[in-house]
Amino acid sequence: MDEFIRLTIFGLVSASIYFVAASGLVLTYTTSGIFNFAHGATGMMAAFVYWELRFNPDGPQLPTLVALVVVLGVLAPLFGMVVERVLIRNLQGASLATTLVVTVGLLAGLIGLAQTIWPPEQRRFPGFFGDSGFEFLNTFIRWSQAITILIAIGVVIALRLLLYNTRAGVAMRAVVDNRDLAALNGAPPSRVSSMSWAMGSSLAALGGILLAPVISLEIIALTLLVVNAYSAAMVGRLKSLPLTLLGAVILGLLTQYEPSYLPRVFSDDRLPDWLTGLNVSVPVIMLFVVLLILPAAPLRGARLRKSARIRVPGLRTSIVGGGLLVAAALVASGLLGDQDLRRVGEGLALGIIMLSLVPLTGYAGQVSLCQFMLAGVGAFAMAKVGETGSPLGLLAAVALAAAVGAIIALPALRLQGLYLALSTLAVAVLADNMFFPQREVFFSGTIPIGRLDLGFVDFSSDSAYFVLLAIAYALVAILVLSVRRGELGRRLLAMRDSPAACATLGLDLTRTKLTVFALSAAIAGLGGALYGGLKVTVGPTDFQMVLGLPILLLAVLGGIATASGALVGGLFFSLLLIISDEVSALDWLVFIGPGLVGVTLGRNPDGLVPTVSARLHGLRDRLRGRAEPSAAPSPRRILDGLGPDVPVGAPLAPEQLRALDDALGIGAVDGGRQGAGEAKEVGSGAAPRG
Amino acid sequence: MPPDGAGAAPVLELSGVRAAYGRIEVLHGVDLAVGAGQVFALLGPNGAGKSTTLKVISGQLPITGGQVCLTGRVVNGAVPERLAQAGVCTIPEGRGIFPSLTVRENLQMMTFSGRPRSMIEEQAYARFPRLRERRRQVAGTMSGGEQQMLAMARALTTDPALLLLDELSMGLAPLIVDELYEIVGQIAREGISILVIEQFAATVLAVADVAGIMLQGRVVQVGTPDEMQTALSGAYLGGGG
Ligand SMILES: Nc1ncnc2c1ncn2[C@@H]1O[C@H](COP(=O)(O)OP(=O)(O)OP(=O)(O)O)[C@@H](O)[C@H]1O
Ligand SMILES: [Mg+2]
Repeated sequence: MDEFIRLTIFGLVSASIYFVAASGLVLTYTTSGIFNFAHGATGMMAAFVYWELRFNPDGPQLPTLVALVVVLGVLAPLFGMVVERVLIRNLQGASLATTLVVTVGLLAGLIGLAQTIWPPEQRRFPGFFGDSGFEFLNTFIRWSQAITILIAIGVVIALRLLLYNTRAGVAMRAVVDNRDLAALNGAPPSRVSSMSWAMGSSLAALGGILLAPVISLEIIALTLLVVNAYSAAMVGRLKSLPLTLLGAVILGLLTQYEPSYLPRVFSDDRLPDWLTGLNVSVPVIMLFVVLLILPAAPLRGARLRKSARIRVPGLRTSIVGGGLLVAAALVASGLLGDQDLRRVGEGLALGIIMLSLVPLTGYAGQVSLCQFMLAGVGAFAMAKVGETGSPLGLLAAVALAAAVGAIIALPALRLQGLYLALSTLAVAVLADNMFFPQREVFFSGTIPIGRLDLGFVDFSSDSAYFVLLAIAYALVAILVLSVRRGELGRRLLAMRDSPAACATLGLDLTRTKLTVFALSAAIAGLGGALYGGLKVTVGPTDFQMVLGLPILLLAVLGGIATASGALVGGLFFSLLLIISDEVSALDWLVFIGPGLVGVTLGRNPDGLVPTVSARLHGLRDRLRGRAEPSAAPSPRRILDGLGPDVPVGAPLAPEQLRALDDALGIGAVDGGRQGAGEAKEVGSGAAPRG
Repeated sequence: MPPDGAGAAPVLELSGVRAAYGRIEVLHGVDLAVGAGQVFALLGPNGAGKSTTLKVISGQLPITGGQVCLTGRVVNGAVPERLAQAGVCTIPEGRGIFPSLTVRENLQMMTFSGRPRSMIEEQAYARFPRLRERRRQVAGTMSGGEQQMLAMARALTTDPALLLLDELSMGLAPLIVDELYEIVGQIAREGISILVIEQFAATVLAVADVAGIMLQGRVVQVGTPDEMQTALSGAYLGGGG
């Protein structure tokens, strides 16, 4: 009984932390419709900054309260507001893939930044009041634990008061209810979401600071706190705070009960070896289960947006392109030094894995965060079957990965959009914990992976293997492009554009989804097997979910719907690797670089080219004195008019328009909402009446 | 042309306004003027573009051509919240309320117009005593008529310069519709300019000063309510409702 009480109390302590983090996630998601993958990374950064201010022996060593106020009251909210202003606000109406990539980019960027500033070392991070505590129900409870519970209760009450008893809070809920109507009432939705991002960021920070003493100040572990927050928030379907609290309590209790009670199920009172990863996997398992059993909610933020028309190369063009790539690789293999050759080869191998996203995300619009894990499955098959470089190894890699991909797709069939992305993330983290570390898989060391040996040609030398990678890339790209041109490609596009319409037309969505998942997984598996061969040996941490994030980001950068885009993404990655080889301080560039890419996409969800050209048009018009009269009337009563000197209906002169703009204090508010061409019409439209 | 809009700037004037959803253009050059203190009834069949016109005026949909003027000021591209704060009150199609907020919280949202909460509640409850009884009720659970009254409370209490109403009558019993239009008349008598959209003419023409008929993205005819009544009964609406 004592043990049960102890576990329950500790479970509630964990639950408190999860709730604090999850409530921030819910707040930002509901008011902006953007799911913040970087929520945990924000908490991680905050914990490190707090350590810097409070505990760093070389730092200012501020008192606890001061450090807390600085981090939670100033830095974190500021960070949230900047993120909302710079990244999130532009994302209204962007595709799901874009919105995901932006916060995933932020996540990757923050990890890279933290690794650069705070390289791994032991850091002391005691909880509040250190180890002292008190006895309660025969259980020793530390002050920090009691405080954690109190803080969670405080957060519950504060959120309740804010959301129900202040106008700002009511406006937040109103924006959730009906964003447009809130604006029609005069409540600026953007200011509302800015505020909620500030608070969400603060709550993430609080979660990070509370968690750090529990699990130690460690970058990836703290970042993955967010998965726990996801599970809790998902119980409330990312909307309801009370249900989120319930989710947090369930999760907190599960994580405490499981390690103590589950082993007793087994005869010798201990978990079998293959289950050792279970302890850390409880949150992801819960996330997966909750995703599957909850009725699928209609998703926000996944609206259709017209995509740029992309020309699909014909078979001949793609074969010529592939040939050119191989030829270029032949030349490069003679020119590049060993180190660079390996780096570019790595880019090519990752490019193949990125290609796996082209049919899945580019064509079918399904976002997966487990492609790198599938690559790991391919590498595993190659290691087991193709130790000696037998082509059977590659076949096994393709087959096993395809099978695993289809199995993942099966439960995920009823999920879509964000929920699907989250379920693939759960699978990837689960594999990190429970599959790759298995004795039969990569265990704790590294295992060798053979390079393809066809008997008549041997690819074991670095330069030959490099050419092999180029050939493989070319072949897969040709395959992907012919899929696009064929019947399956049309079905995928139709599914992306309107699943509902497809279903009514009698298209078998289930089969299409399964097919594309299996195809994509097969490509990832092949890429992984080749990537493993390039590295010669692989270990259990080589295919971690976090390491796979840059792959998604760079694939989107290159152009997720194009076969050449993956190559661009892969080579960009090589470049980052080469730079960080040269400059050791930039070790984590492979994270920061892709992070910046994601962030750039946030500024310009349409991609760089359309944005740049729109800017140029705007500039041209401004130079010609045709500024867009994009201003709202100032508060209090437009009836007052502009004064007698502006004849009604007469065209306003450019300088008048500009003066009006200035007077009303809005620059080019909506330069982007209106094309450049209309400015002309505005000027002349009223002319006949003057 | 509007009878009493001469001289002063019309409160609202659209000239050659074009607007599109994606690539599909829906408004093909709308011209329309609402003079100070006027009630302008915009009529037309389904899909004519009436609601789209209203979205353009309230800033919810960017225009692709022409210009929107409020009291002579060009306000193309202004964002909805700025227009709302400046006195453009829009009651959109359907119920213009927040269904999961309580009645009182709905009223609180109206304070973004700059008016104090006490004043808004006082006026709203005075005009609709039912709302006072139900102030703690979640708005979405009220009857359609009550919801529409709550929506109209914004027009009544925030002292707008221009009121935009979209199909007040949708799905409501004739008695309630009459009551709502009585309120519209009352607001009009306070000198507030109103653009009101309806599909069927009967009730609205009684309170209107001017009426226009919209067809396929253009205002094709403007005249007095009587003239429009005649035009309508002869034309596509088959006598109106
Ligand atoms: N969000 C939208 N996306 C695409 N097309 C739209 C959208 N809203 C309206 N339309 C189209 O624009 C046209 C005009 O619609 P609008 O709602 O303005 O008509 P309306 O005159 O208000 O009709 P009703 O009397 O039925 O309300 C219609 O053809 C409609 O299909
Ligand atoms: Mg309508």
